[in-house]
Amino acid sequence: MNVVQKLFGFHGGVKPNYNKEASTRLPIAAAPAPTRLVIPLHQSIGGPPRPLVKAGDRVLKGQRIGDADGDVSSAVHASTSGTVIGVEMRLMPHTSGLSAMCVVIEPDGRDEWVERKPFDFRAATPTATRDYLRDAGVVGLGGAVFPSHLKLNAGKQGRLDTLVLNGAECEPFITCDDVLMRERADPLLRGAAIMREMLEASRVLVGIEDNKPEAIAALEAAAKRANDASIQIVAVPTRYPAGGAKQLIRALTGIEVPHGERSTDYGVQCFNVGTAYAIYEAIELGQPLISRIVTVAGNVGQARNYQVLFGTSMRDLVALCSPLPDTDRIIMGGPMMGFRMPSDDVPVVKATNCVLVGSQKLFPPPPPEMPCIRCGECAKVCPADLQPFEMYWFARARIFGKAQEYHLFDCIECGCCAYVCPSRIPLVDYYRFAKSEIWAREVEKEAADEARDRYEFRLLREEREKQEKAAKLAAKTAAGREKAAAALAEAEKPARTPEEEAKHALIAAALERAKAQKDQVHPENTGNLTPEQQAEIAAIEARRAEIREQAKPHLRQDD
Amino acid sequence: MNNSPYFLQPASVQSVMLRVLLALIPGIAVYVWFFGAAILVQIALASVTALLAEAAMLKLRGKPVMMFLADGSALVTAWLIALTFPPIAPWWLTVVGVLAAIVIAKHLYGGLGQNPFNPAMVAFALMIVAYPSLMSQWPAVGFTEFLPQWQAIFGPRQLDAITMATPLDALRTALHTADARATVAGVLGSSASFGNIGGKGWEWVAAGYCVGGIYLLQQRIITWHMPAAFLATLFVISGGFALYDPTRFVGPSFHLFTGGAMLGAFFIVTDPVSGCTTPRGKLIFAAGIGLLTWIIRTFGAYPDGIAFAVLLMNIAAPLIDMNTQPPVFGHKRKAGGRP
Amino acid sequence: MLDALLVMALGAIVLGAALGYAAVRFRVEGDPLVEKIDAILPQTQCGQCGFPGCKPYAQAIAKGEAEINQCPPGGEEGIHKLADLLGREFKPLSAEHGVEKPKAVALIDEQTCIGCTLCIQACPVDAIVGAAKQMHTVIADQCTGCELCLPPCPVNCITMEPIPESVENWKWKYPVVKIVPASKVAA
Ligand code: SF4
Ligand code: SF4
Ligand code: SF4
Ligand code: SF4
Repeated sequence: MNVVQKLFGFHGGVKPNYNKEASTRLPIAAAPAPTRLVIPLHQSIGGPPRPLVKAGDRVLKGQRIGDADGDVSSAVHASTSGTVIGVEMRLMPHTSGLSAMCVVIEPDGRDEWVERKPFDFRAATPTATRDYLRDAGVVGLGGAVFPSHLKLNAGKQGRLDTLVLNGAECEPFITCDDVLMRERADPLLRGAAIMREMLEASRVLVGIEDNKPEAIAALEAAAKRANDASIQIVAVPTRYPAGGAKQLIRALTGIEVPHGERSTDYGVQCFNVGTAYAIYEAIELGQPLISRIVTVAGNVGQARNYQVLFGTSMRDLVALCSPLPDTDRIIMGGPMMGFRMPSDDVPVVKATNCVLVGSQKLFPPPPPEMPCIRCGECAKVCPADLQPFEMYWFARARIFGKAQEYHLFDCIECGCCAYVCPSRIPLVDYYRFAKSEIWAREVEKEAADEARDRYEFRLLREEREKQEKAAKLAAKTAAGREKAAAALAEAEKPARTPEEEAKHALIAAALERAKAQKDQVHPENTGNLTPEQQAEIAAIEARRAEIREQAKPHLRQDD
Repeated sequence: MNNSPYFLQPASVQSVMLRVLLALIPGIAVYVWFFGAAILVQIALASVTALLAEAAMLKLRGKPVMMFLADGSALVTAWLIALTFPPIAPWWLTVVGVLAAIVIAKHLYGGLGQNPFNPAMVAFALMIVAYPSLMSQWPAVGFTEFLPQWQAIFGPRQLDAITMATPLDALRTALHTADARATVAGVLGSSASFGNIGGKGWEWVAAGYCVGGIYLLQQRIITWHMPAAFLATLFVISGGFALYDPTRFVGPSFHLFTGGAMLGAFFIVTDPVSGCTTPRGKLIFAAGIGLLTWIIRTFGAYPDGIAFAVLLMNIAAPLIDMNTQPPVFGHKRKAGGRP
Repeated sequence: MLDALLVMALGAIVLGAALGYAAVRFRVEGDPLVEKIDAILPQTQCGQCGFPGCKPYAQAIAKGEAEINQCPPGGEEGIHKLADLLGREFKPLSAEHGVEKPKAVALIDEQTCIGCTLCIQACPVDAIVGAAKQMHTVIADQCTGCELCLPPCPVNCITMEPIPESVENWKWKYPVVKIVPASKVAA
């Protein structure tokens, strides 16, 4: 353990007031089960899970109530036993103040578990293990809630250099990872060992900001007990946002993972320490993810960390900490990157690492925005090495293409730039605005492209149908003519009987009719298209072929 | 209600500007010591004009007057104009200069943060083109008596006793006249020791600005890139040519400590709004100003070239910025990402 | 003086040659203008512009036969983009062609539908599925909201449902720039 780990820096960063002491004085406490649980179905990145229960069903603690929708999704479970009283739209813990599908459970107080049995991942194939973790609802608990089973994939080489565990926890006020590391170091490292085995990583680096000496000591002791030489506990300098996954990977290994690329392709993968613990619980105890540690801090009498069942209302949780009377808002997450909640009546979800209670005094409204003076402060602190003021300029003017050219999507929304800006510009708000506009446009554009394709295809199909119809008609008339000719020949041989005469007339009339019909149809018959039309159809076909060609690699990836 | 971040560092445009003003004070103090209190009159005149003009423009543009007036940017422009103009310039010259800076160079381009040109330098350039002789009347060292200076500013003007050509001016006039025998040494005298190089007093003023500049660096209001690149370029190029022909080209210590070089290095070149913002861009931008300054000083028709050099580089700044974007996180190396 | 003129002239010649070469070398084949216009049009294929679809309208614009303000689904933003592309002046949406509406999708009341297939024939993007005498339904993902299926339905069982805002498609709003009255700041 005494191997000195060489540390790399990352550019920028700020040192806000950390305010972490208040919530670490007391150990983790279990928050009491509330009288009602509202469990949103969609709690992770990826497709929204399909509900498996309906009103009136009795559910057990840990019973799956939402099934992962495809592989990029994650299951959700009942956090305690009770009765489902509805599957309905409820207010989400999301700034928008919109609702989404939730399973509402009335606990019966018995807290009865489903059958739990450990999962022998060594005996299972990697795919089976990943499916198991997906169905256990394990997602990243650092706040990004990315399904963990997708990340437990060693990538191209099939094995990894380094598994990074993120215990940096750089956001002010939040201490849930800190107390987890202090109190549950051994199981946490067991989880890390499972992940290391799955990823075939040669070493595990646990990065912890050096303002958490107790956590570092606890993990070092646990690593000694585990007698695992591949695990190293590394103290990283305290500087926000040292806990950004990319920043931590860079600090520990010197590797910079570019935006939009998989870190496994660079031989590293990064998990939050909370996720390691959740994986331990899922694999060794057979318990799905139904609760997490949540820091309650800010404008409260007694800040503390609680083990909270998902679906517990934030109001109930905050009430445990005696919020001060001037409380005017609830923030999910920390003061730098957290989101204001539309109400305190929203449930704690997998992404809730902290419930921050705010007031005007604690978080005063920013002074009025001034124009950017291009002082460059924001660029100095940007951990993604961006030029925030340039992106701001273009986002403000709604020139999104330019903003993207300045790498808008490399921005991790850490808020450092807005933190230092002397002009008090809400820079991150502009980036969020620009990003969601660009996403919406992308969706619109895809839809428009598809509509264009379908429309052109329909035109083509109509054209083809017309041609086919015309061909059929032509064939019919040709057959009619043959018949007529035969009849004529017959008629010519013997003298025509009046009977035959009548028949002949009939045939002639039919012929006439057919001819007239054909004449009528002919203008519509587009069997002989003009060269321009044909060229156009060919061009459309070529474009479709091209699109199909482009789509191929994606399709292959999918299967 | 606002969104995250909910924490903000206690910094404001106002505090930045106030610290810039504070940093100017050592230079001004030395200025007064050597050249009398006239400069204080000019600063006061420029400040009042600037604040009035700023308030009027804000009102016209429908902006909250007090909020923007309090940001201090107009004062910084005003002080820089006063410090670059001759202290005994007539009052209306300063007033017109400040008006040009605030009204034309700043507000007609969109106000704080939007001006593509350094307002103080626009004022200087306009005035020196329009009134070259008035802009070249500098007080002689030692004549710190207040009354004649006051009269020079507000009339009636009796200048002969108190003016003198600045060393830069003297040098240029001498070297540019047909008199081919004029040499640097002949004009400046051979005693080029400190206290006498940039013309008595001026180098001490420059040293005062330098102290202020170090304060700005320490406060992280400016970065080292611009002053270093500007001074280094000026040093290297003037040094090179002085080595090549010391009779025709004056050496670096003269260039660095005369005219607006130090004021420029720390207070003018570093103007963030109209300059470059990327680290490499800052180096190129300031080096460009250094080079142009030397060229204009040596070959041009005007005594000091900083204003024109700054304005020329202001034009190039967006282009330089665009081509010197620092690599973004993860994009530093094409493959691998290892630094 | 003469040298300066010569240098200038030389420069002009060199630059002109370079530009000319570039024009020849990088000329784009085909008629990209129609494609570019078509790429801006929303592809709703609703015909409100007075043309049977977006492409014909694009062709008409390219030929100068149509104004750029006839597409209601594209809205003001679309007109701005067209104006930028074509270097024409922005015009507000022409009222006779319709008004901009929030995007909606068609919904068939499946209890009432008599399975006449008329709506299928009207849908420009084949977003309705069904068969004769069977209940029909709209594939909401493919529906462009053109409303062309509404008039042919003999039992009026198709309605347009605006797409609701959800957590997934919610957008961050443009940050409001607060301008505080001078009196308050001074206080
Ligand atoms: S910190 Fe603010 S004022 Fe300074 S450059 Fe960045 S956005 Fe502009
Ligand atoms: S919010 Fe984005 S632009 Fe601002 S400092 Fe963080 S990464 Fe850089
Ligand atoms: S009005 Fe309808 S058909 Fe015409 S361009 Fe717009 S979306 Fe296309
Ligand atoms: S037109 Fe109306 S009734 Fe006919 S199939 Fe369509 S929805 Fe049903």
